[in-house]
Amino acid sequence: MADTTRTVAEPIPTAAPAAFDRRDADWYLDKAVQVLVFIGGISAIIFIIGIFVFVTREGFGFLLEGFSFGEFFGSPRWKPTSEYNTTYGILALVAGTASVTGLAMIVAIPFSLGAAIYIAEFATGKTREILKVLVELLAAIPSVVWGFIGLTIMNPLIIELFDVPVGLNVLNAGVILGLMAAPIMTSIAEDALKAVPDRYREAAEAMGATRWQVIYRVVLPAAKNGLLGAVLLGVGRGFGETMAVLMASGHAVNLPDSIFDSVRALTATIAAELGETAVGSEHYQALFTIGIFLFIITFLINLTADLIVRGIRKG
Amino acid sequence: MNDQGVATILETSQPATAAKGPVKLAVHNLSISYGGTPALVGVDLEIHENEIFGIIGPANSGKTSFLKALNRMDMFNPAMQVAGDILFNGTNIRQWRNVYALRRRIGVVFPLPVGLPMTVYDNVALAPRLSGVNRKADLDDIVERCLRRAALWDEVKDRLDSLGSLLSGGQQQRLTIARALSQDPELLMLDEFSIAVDPVTTMRIEDVLKELRTEMTIILVTNLTQQARRLADRTAFFLTGSCVEIGDTEALFTGNVQDTRTADYIAGRFG
Ligand SMILES: Nc1ncnc2c1ncn2[C@@H]1O[C@H](COP(=O)(O)OP(=O)(O)OP(=O)(O)O)[C@@H](O)[C@H]1O
Ligand SMILES: [Mg+2]
Repeated sequence: MADTTRTVAEPIPTAAPAAFDRRDADWYLDKAVQVLVFIGGISAIIFIIGIFVFVTREGFGFLLEGFSFGEFFGSPRWKPTSEYNTTYGILALVAGTASVTGLAMIVAIPFSLGAAIYIAEFATGKTREILKVLVELLAAIPSVVWGFIGLTIMNPLIIELFDVPVGLNVLNAGVILGLMAAPIMTSIAEDALKAVPDRYREAAEAMGATRWQVIYRVVLPAAKNGLLGAVLLGVGRGFGETMAVLMASGHAVNLPDSIFDSVRALTATIAAELGETAVGSEHYQALFTIGIFLFIITFLINLTADLIVRGIRKG
Repeated sequence: MNDQGVATILETSQPATAAKGPVKLAVHNLSISYGGTPALVGVDLEIHENEIFGIIGPANSGKTSFLKALNRMDMFNPAMQVAGDILFNGTNIRQWRNVYALRRRIGVVFPLPVGLPMTVYDNVALAPRLSGVNRKADLDDIVERCLRRAALWDEVKDRLDSLGSLLSGGQQQRLTIARALSQDPELLMLDEFSIAVDPVTTMRIEDVLKELRTEMTIILVTNLTQQARRLADRTAFFLTGSCVEIGDTEALFTGNVQDTRTADYIAGRFG
């Protein structure tokens, strides 16, 4: 009892301060690194906002004057240089981009998912390492090379196989774009599969699940979010891809009703026409309006992909 | 097989407690190594039907490796080599038509609970579904029966649709047991199941195991020697890769041992 009263009266003894503790110095370093990282993060945001502001400003005049919502999104006529009747309708361009991207996903999803499952679940040791390097290499092929393959290999091949007059069409661009998107999708999907803890596989195996049952009953459902993210990033890639699509699609403004129709993509339109327009002209501004539209679409796709990968949306 | 079982009892001259059933699992000269380094050497033992067989021993003694060999989990680890014979129901497990058919008869519960990232219901219904049971009513039946047997039903019956991986650790461990029971295994192997479970839940699971022994054979690997004493009919003591002694549990715990190391370990005087 007497002891207790004494301790209350006196200041509570604390540990004597150590003469030197590295952590005191490192604390400043910690703060400094925090600031640096913050600046890095902020500048990325500033760049994005800057780009968006620039693109919007360039297209702003058109949005205020020549722009008609109904015509822009509802008309398949993209006639910016017509003498009498200039129309800025992007419906056909949207259809072009969408059809090419859609076909690309039909090609890329089975390819990339299959490859990812093989690499993550079946391949071992050297095979696995080699395959991973190959996939990375494939992902690094420049898009103009893919476009070149579309022009010189796919084009004659399609003409011969399907007996059609032109081989630069939705089929060509879709397949090329699909092959292009597949490696990056494979790589992300493989990460998603690898992120599934081995104890899940062991638990299922211990219950007598076959190899394949383990994959489709346990691993794929567990990796669902990552896999969806991979697909969406592929879609984003498809929407944003320019050069390969420009070269392989035929670049004709057209509402396609078969995969053998030539189409034109939103991105390809900007790339092909921007250089020929007078800066500040209506045409120039209309192209930037397409840019705004693309920016918003890809932003939304990537955002959704990101949210899904993080698992914020639970299925 | 019956004769063989009787013969063994006579041979080992252990105090016969309960009438022992036929031999469920016989292990002859089993050795396990990982990439050439031995983890378990020359184990011989027989486990009888409807018996709880305890395995005790300090870390690194090869207990988990032993269980892995029994349901052929070595298949996916090329570094793990198993030599010797393991007879399950009298048949060498290497001669089973397929390894999946073997594993279906052997349920496993791992040290750390593994709630698969699917609903509580799906966790338990997984194995029946894999085997082809599809009718909702049948699955409902199985799920309820197994969760009841694992003493989990009352706690989760209103949240069968929530994620199994979100249950508490102790609940997940009982979920794992329910899942292991969902295909009516003949042999249930538990590897230090109470490592992440509170004492109350541990006692509940122990009660469950006592009931289950009427239906199946149980191998219980445990770090809690008293748990082996409470549950096991016979107990084996493993030490650094070899099986030092097998005996009637009560006999071992009352000091009736052949090797002093066993008594030392049980008394906590080790190392
Ligand atoms: N996957 C593996 N790869 C390589 N060596 C392993 C592997 N698993 C176990 N071992 C080795 O086998 C030996 C026995 O390990 P085991 O896990 O069977 O011991 P244990 O008795 O279960 O121990 P604990 O009580 O700590 O669980 C150890 O030396 C360990 O390093
Ligand atoms: Mg172990």
